[in-house]
Amino acid sequence: MSLKSASSKGLFVGVVAAFAASAPVLAQDFPSRAIEYIIPFDPGGESDITARLQEPLMQEALGVNVNVRHQPGGGGAVAWSDFQSNAEPDGHEIIGINTPHIVAQPIQRADAGYTTDGFDIITWFHLTPHVVVVRADSPFETLEDLIEFAGENPQSLTMGGSGTFTGNHLETLRLMELADIRVTYIPFTGTGPLPAAILGGHVGAVMSNATLAVEMGDNVRVLAVASEERLETLPDVPTFLELGYDVVGGTYRGVAVPNGTPADRVEMLADLFAQMNETLGERQIPMGYQMTDIRGQDAIDLMTRMREQYGDFLN
Amino acid sequence: MEILIAAAAAVLQPHMLVIILLGVTAGLFVGALPGLTATMALALMLPFTFSLEALEGLVALGAVYMGTIYGGAFTAILINTPGTPSSIATTFDGHPMAKQGRALEAISVATIASVIGGVVGVAFLLIAAPPLAQLALRFGPAEMFWVAILGLTLIGSLATGSLLKGLLGGAIGLLIGTIGISPVGGESRFTFGWPPLQGGISLIVALIGLFVIPELLLMIRRGHATLETPADLGRSRFQFGAALRTVLAKPGNLIRSCAIGQVIAIIPGAGGSITSLVAYNEAKRWSKSPETFGKGNPEGVVASESSNNVMVAGSMVPLLTLGIPGAPPDAIILGVMLLHGLRPGLDLFTQTGVLANGFIISMGLAALMLIPVGLLGGRLIYKTILRTPHYYLVPTILIITILGTYALRNNIIDVALMLGLGVVGFVIRGLGLGAAPIVLGLILGTIAEQGYVQSILGGMALDFPQMRLFVNPLSQVLIAIIVLVIGWAAWPQNLRRKKD
Repeated sequence: MSLKSASSKGLFVGVVAAFAASAPVLAQDFPSRAIEYIIPFDPGGESDITARLQEPLMQEALGVNVNVRHQPGGGGAVAWSDFQSNAEPDGHEIIGINTPHIVAQPIQRADAGYTTDGFDIITWFHLTPHVVVVRADSPFETLEDLIEFAGENPQSLTMGGSGTFTGNHLETLRLMELADIRVTYIPFTGTGPLPAAILGGHVGAVMSNATLAVEMGDNVRVLAVASEERLETLPDVPTFLELGYDVVGGTYRGVAVPNGTPADRVEMLADLFAQMNETLGERQIPMGYQMTDIRGQDAIDLMTRMREQYGDFLN
Repeated sequence: MEILIAAAAAVLQPHMLVIILLGVTAGLFVGALPGLTATMALALMLPFTFSLEALEGLVALGAVYMGTIYGGAFTAILINTPGTPSSIATTFDGHPMAKQGRALEAISVATIASVIGGVVGVAFLLIAAPPLAQLALRFGPAEMFWVAILGLTLIGSLATGSLLKGLLGGAIGLLIGTIGISPVGGESRFTFGWPPLQGGISLIVALIGLFVIPELLLMIRRGHATLETPADLGRSRFQFGAALRTVLAKPGNLIRSCAIGQVIAIIPGAGGSITSLVAYNEAKRWSKSPETFGKGNPEGVVASESSNNVMVAGSMVPLLTLGIPGAPPDAIILGVMLLHGLRPGLDLFTQTGVLANGFIISMGLAALMLIPVGLLGGRLIYKTILRTPHYYLVPTILIITILGTYALRNNIIDVALMLGLGVVGFVIRGLGLGAAPIVLGLILGTIAEQGYVQSILGGMALDFPQMRLFVNPLSQVLIAIIVLVIGWAAWPQNLRRKKD
């Protein structure tokens, strides 16, 4: 390297530095330190695995360390309440968020410790649509079979799902309302125990996420999926809409920062997550995920819609 | 058979052996540190495994898992503190042995028992996975309720001295377990309007608080470390042959403990925490001299350490065949498998058989690797602890404990709870209440509650929903066992024997 080019490089750096100093929140001075990425759930779940896939890509793109930290407890509420009261609104602390949890918990629990509006949502980056799953040898060949049986035998069909006032539970309640049936919903602690519940015949059916249906393959029959259109990975499974039930929903996962974080940093992070989705999609779409990029007003609208859809069940 | 040979060839590569060696060594130290759990170690390794081939990644995870479960035995023996929940029962006889200057013997016995347990678990997995998986599926909510009740009957024999104090401890544990969001209904309970309590009191927090802190306080009060320095430390060796003879002298104990480890490992959700306690309890029950247990009987160490290492491979049975994680670390292994496009099921053993069988074989190798790593690492840890004066040892352990507790859920509240429970644990230990019944109550209370409520919900269409708890044949078998166990303990002759 010649002396001349070295000095011109120094000049360039100087200009950039001066420019940056004049505009306080230019993208160049962010991130200035490691990013803390908090996952409010146990390791091994969908939120965790996704964050672990994002971690190296983020480090490469941002040029700083990204620390994925777990802070499980209370179905996410422990981390969310801690985050809203303590995190710095400068973009260096981001947290994984899920629907319907962050909509439902503050309505349902007096002491959730956080509010739905207390987050600035970066983006909802993917969705795992709900599915109704039965064991491969179940007498229910179609959703109609299941609904007919449940209509004739109130409460005797048991339907498993992950947790209470979660997406699985609320979707079951919605299906019950729309189809005018009564099933008994049985909450399990997370999605982990659900395969055993289906295969062991401990429940008659399961309301879960599309990822579970893909994972369990030929051991189960998937009766319907709660997406707008059929999934690439489950091409033979009809949507609820096709079958005449307005059930569209699932677990959206995304990331958020505290209120008051500079908008350009939120924007930059949103672009990054959208960009990472292209790489992640190669692995995750075949697993039953739908990649999304719902940000800004759309992200808020999503939660408003959810509040309207499920609000009655929660009060 | 061809698949097995191909799988063995894939694993018996130099770089694979290095991965196993490193994994086991790292796992051993993580397991030995209170608060750092197998789940945490595996979670930290996740990004690293993405850059590896599927088989390499799984092999690394399996090796760390095996090392962690074994590493818990060191702290259990040397400082009466279970490094992981699965080594609680190792403290009962391992630590008394150490106090008698037989620490190296206890470590050797624990190592050999762990290796045998690990290899047996792998053998079960290779030979009997499909039928075991079918058995696992029989454990529904009602059966889980009865398993938890059966576990609670252990309190009677875990109680040191008074049965009443044991039951009181168990009740305290059950109460602690109700704090937080209820496992089935989702209501918040006993949070007193304070959001951080929504997460409840984690098992590890209680474990560290109730075991480690009282031990440290005792060390301070005594003014010297727990262990006496044997006069011939310089020359003391592992009596490897002697330890091997000790372990093999009671084959009944070994076989029973391995079988118990395997059965409990496949029950989804019961996890490793109670495996060693059940095996220990049975070793004591069937022994001709149960009064020697708790006073440094190596059989107790054998029962605990063989059963908990069976569990490592044993819990892979429902995982690999059905996609059901039996213990928390399994969930992470499942995640890695799915990312590499491996779907659990019997196809895993045929279509991608080299991979599945290679993973299983590597766990067997990891178990064997425990001998050199364990004996060297064990000696190192032993000497370090012996030679460190207590005024360095106590603060060091305290700091590690606090860091470990914080790292658990990245929650400073957990540290406060841990220290608070520690003081409580110290006080009640003075009153003759042991920590083990409390921890057992905490573990089993949640499982029992979940099983009970899910069963009742499942029986909503019946006239008496409670009947749901009694109708399954397996439930009836479990009820019969519970009746037998309580009857045995209450039999006048045995009551008298306990008093002696």
